[in-house]
Amino acid sequence: MISFWVIAVVLVVSALWTVTARRPIYSVVSLLLNFAALATTYLILHAEFLAVMQMIVYSGAILMLFVFVIALLNSGIAPIVLGRDRVPLAPAAAVALAAVAFIATTIAAAHAPAIVPIASHSPLGEVGRGNVFGSIGDFGQALFLSRLLPFEVTALILMVAVIGVVLLAGDLTPYVPTRRRAERARRALREAILREGK
Amino acid sequence: MATSFAGVPIFDYEALASILFFIGLAGAIARRNPLVMLMSIELMFNAANLAFIVFARAWLNNAGQIFAFLVITVAAAEAAIALAIVVVVFRSAPQVDVDDVRVLHG
Repeated sequence: MISFWVIAVVLVVSALWTVTARRPIYSVVSLLLNFAALATTYLILHAEFLAVMQMIVYSGAILMLFVFVIALLNSGIAPIVLGRDRVPLAPAAAVALAAVAFIATTIAAAHAPAIVPIASHSPLGEVGRGNVFGSIGDFGQALFLSRLLPFEVTALILMVAVIGVVLLAGDLTPYVPTRRRAERARRALREAILREGK
Repeated sequence: MATSFAGVPIFDYEALASILFFIGLAGAIARRNPLVMLMSIELMFNAANLAFIVFARAWLNNAGQIFAFLVITVAAAEAAIALAIVVVVFRSAPQVDVDDVRVLHG
């Protein structure tokens, strides 16, 4: 119980830091802390496979992508100037209203009689021991036996994403030099040829 | 249905998930740095995942876990495409305000 509150504080503080940090790299670091704390929460909730996935996919792949993009954008000579932050009043009011409504609905739902769906076949056991609820065996059986179609659709989505990224960021357009850059390249070539001649 | 796990009521987990979600939403609205906006969207994805996993645990039904797994996959695809767009936009202009990327529509 104490562990839950410690993790909750870490989650909220790191999320706030992610949103308010001045430099994007600080946001990435605090988001990493947030994801690690979330993985711990998943372990408490007997989702051991998802805890591992959280660390590998989110912290390992997605955050590394962010770090690479930040490094790439800052590699130029001139620093990138970003837009100034501003809080649009109407959306902010809508978000505040939605937050209040959402939390009120949660409280109401906590007291409503629950519809009980069919439970998983695997028993709830110690995390990391055997084919218990949330383990990789239990998860894999559910994914590949009863929910194969969503899994296949996911493969399609990833394929489309890969093609989209290559089309967007892959440099398919020919390089068009400016006049000054072309002149500089021509001069460098001429000097190189002269040097070869000597 | 279990209403509390290890002494922590399910409502506390749900409140935590909704707080994280609205922190992410506030970041996506108020910030103008496209990278931080994307990270705020990742925060919202994660809050939804937490809610899914809490309910999967509450009902001992791993459909919620599978949904969270699919959300992780879609989030990875979304991050890849969005970062590619960011790189392309920054390549075209050294000064970028997210509001200037309105030209993207149409």
